[in-house]
Amino acid sequence: MRNQKSRLIFVLVLALFTILVTIGAQNGLVSTSFVKTLGKTLCLCIAALAMDLIWGYAGILSLGHMAFFALGGYMIGMWLMYARTEEIVVASLANAGLPATPEEISQGIASQIFGVVGASDLPMIWGFAHSLPLQLMLVVLLPGLLALAFGWLAFRARVTGVYLSILTQAMTLALALYLFQNDSGLRGNNGLSGLQNLPGVTAGQQEVSLWFFWAAAAALCITYIGLSAIVSGKFGSVIRAIRDDEARVRFLGYSVEAYKLFVFTLTSVIVALAGALYYPQAGIINPAELAPIASIYLAVWVAIGGRGKLYGAVIGAAVVSLLSSWFTGGRAPSIPLGFATIDWVNWWQVLLGLSFVCVTLFAPKGISGIFDWVAGAASPDRKGAPLGRDDGSLQEQEALK
Amino acid sequence: MSALLEVSGVSVSFDGFRAINNLTFSIGTAELRAIIGPNGAGKSTFMDIVTGKTKPDSGAVTFGEKSTSLLKLSEAQIARVGIGRKFQRPTVFEDQTVAENLILALKAARSPWKVLAWRIKSIDLEKVQRLAVQVGLADHLPRKAGELSHGQKQWLEIAMLLAQEPRLLLVDEPAAGMTLAERERTTELLTQIAQTRAVVVVEHDMDFVRRLNCRVTVLHEGAVLAEGSLEHVTKNQDVIDVYLGRG
Repeated sequence: MRNQKSRLIFVLVLALFTILVTIGAQNGLVSTSFVKTLGKTLCLCIAALAMDLIWGYAGILSLGHMAFFALGGYMIGMWLMYARTEEIVVASLANAGLPATPEEISQGIASQIFGVVGASDLPMIWGFAHSLPLQLMLVVLLPGLLALAFGWLAFRARVTGVYLSILTQAMTLALALYLFQNDSGLRGNNGLSGLQNLPGVTAGQQEVSLWFFWAAAAALCITYIGLSAIVSGKFGSVIRAIRDDEARVRFLGYSVEAYKLFVFTLTSVIVALAGALYYPQAGIINPAELAPIASIYLAVWVAIGGRGKLYGAVIGAAVVSLLSSWFTGGRAPSIPLGFATIDWVNWWQVLLGLSFVCVTLFAPKGISGIFDWVAGAASPDRKGAPLGRDDGSLQEQEALK
Repeated sequence: MSALLEVSGVSVSFDGFRAINNLTFSIGTAELRAIIGPNGAGKSTFMDIVTGKTKPDSGAVTFGEKSTSLLKLSEAQIARVGIGRKFQRPTVFEDQTVAENLILALKAARSPWKVLAWRIKSIDLEKVQRLAVQVGLADHLPRKAGELSHGQKQWLEIAMLLAQEPRLLLVDEPAAGMTLAERERTTELLTQIAQTRAVVVVEHDMDFVRRLNCRVTVLHEGAVLAEGSLEHVTKNQDVIDVYLGRG
């Protein structure tokens, strides 16, 4: 019941927010770049929801999920860049007088896209880039299969806790290093660019930014409702049980490894889809997006927002990433201290680090703990050793009262 | 009576220490059995082997009419075959309600896809209600398990075991931390359960074992030292020497 209520509130708040931003944008009160920032933030909220499912509910601290976010971005970026370049090439060849042959067009596209890394042939992995449906399929399939393979190896070997976190960091780092190479087929450290230009669309960025904002809001809404249905049912009960005592869950007959793999893969696909919505708004993607720190930020957002609560993850991602773009955007006023100046572009990291430490130490429920506090919900706190036989069912602390 | 669980010639060592030494044990389909023995006799290791947590170096463990070997199965598969285990310390999911704990344990499909599609039906609610009544937790269904007292947690765990509908229950020191009245109730419950299933109780407390009034297996240094009624084994000189004599 409580879950359904919070679901309703969430959807209403999101709808209200979307309407306000839309009205603001159409009256020139909200700039196009800020609409983009908000749209991107909503995508980050989706990623945070997935992170909350795997970490907050299933207890698996994956520090590699932003790799799937970037992979989703790369997959959609390939189509965007290919189709856009195709338009340009076809237009310029049309001026040459003779109708262009398909070979000429594909040659033109290849040298346009890959001239920057000194190649003139389309690598094999661009084989699907001409088709939006095929490339959209890859947005789901590539991260999904990678997560399936990685998760199968890791969970089957019963890698847990901090070791799994390190392994996922290694995965995202390895992927980033691979993509940094010029011959990786994805333009090395140049990444993919010009993604904000939708092929075949003549509308200006002002309109396009709103389309993506709406799409991101709708995706967030669907993800929230879907995940909240999952976690409030028996599946959610099983994964929370795995988080709290996985050995016990095994003795109940549940295959813990299968559940972990399921959650790992599902969340990777969700994150990849969020990435596919994010990067057309960002306009550019490069391998730096897969840096290990990106995934750590994702965990920090969820921790600050409050893990184990879906709205907590959304609040955390929205608040922290918006603050982050405000502080690092140079708009926050510097504070002169006489002997030194607090310049927020650099000091923001310190502030973020400190607040993460404080949340972990003093408010483990994060920002969403405020809602619990207001509602007066308390979690059971019945610590202390059992007193031993015959002194009965009292716990130490109760008996000593 | 045909045996439900057959453990034959099982040995296991940890770092050269023989925890279980050529152990042979069997139990019928509806039988209550107590296993006693001093610390380090191999009682817990025995349970670990049957439930798949520890793989033995040699020997065979078979279960059911078809004599399925348990050695190749994972813990989860063994649980699905029909072996339930209750740990010494009550291990319930404290962050979830009593009802959620019981629903988790209810016999149903265990694969992620099927659990995702699973919806509670009135028959499941009835089962949960019946189990809760059986262990005296009917008024506590919406409470978080973490709020329960120690004895109530023990019972919740027993109810969860029953919800799994296992054919064999392994119960580790059920009476630990219970009041006298609670123990009596536990005894009753265990004897009642053993009318339809096999129940193995590992216990330190001789009083409690006496109350169970069943066949007793005495373990010592990883092997069976004596087996029979409590009367019989307490008269056995070996048993007196290694175990009872100390107290």
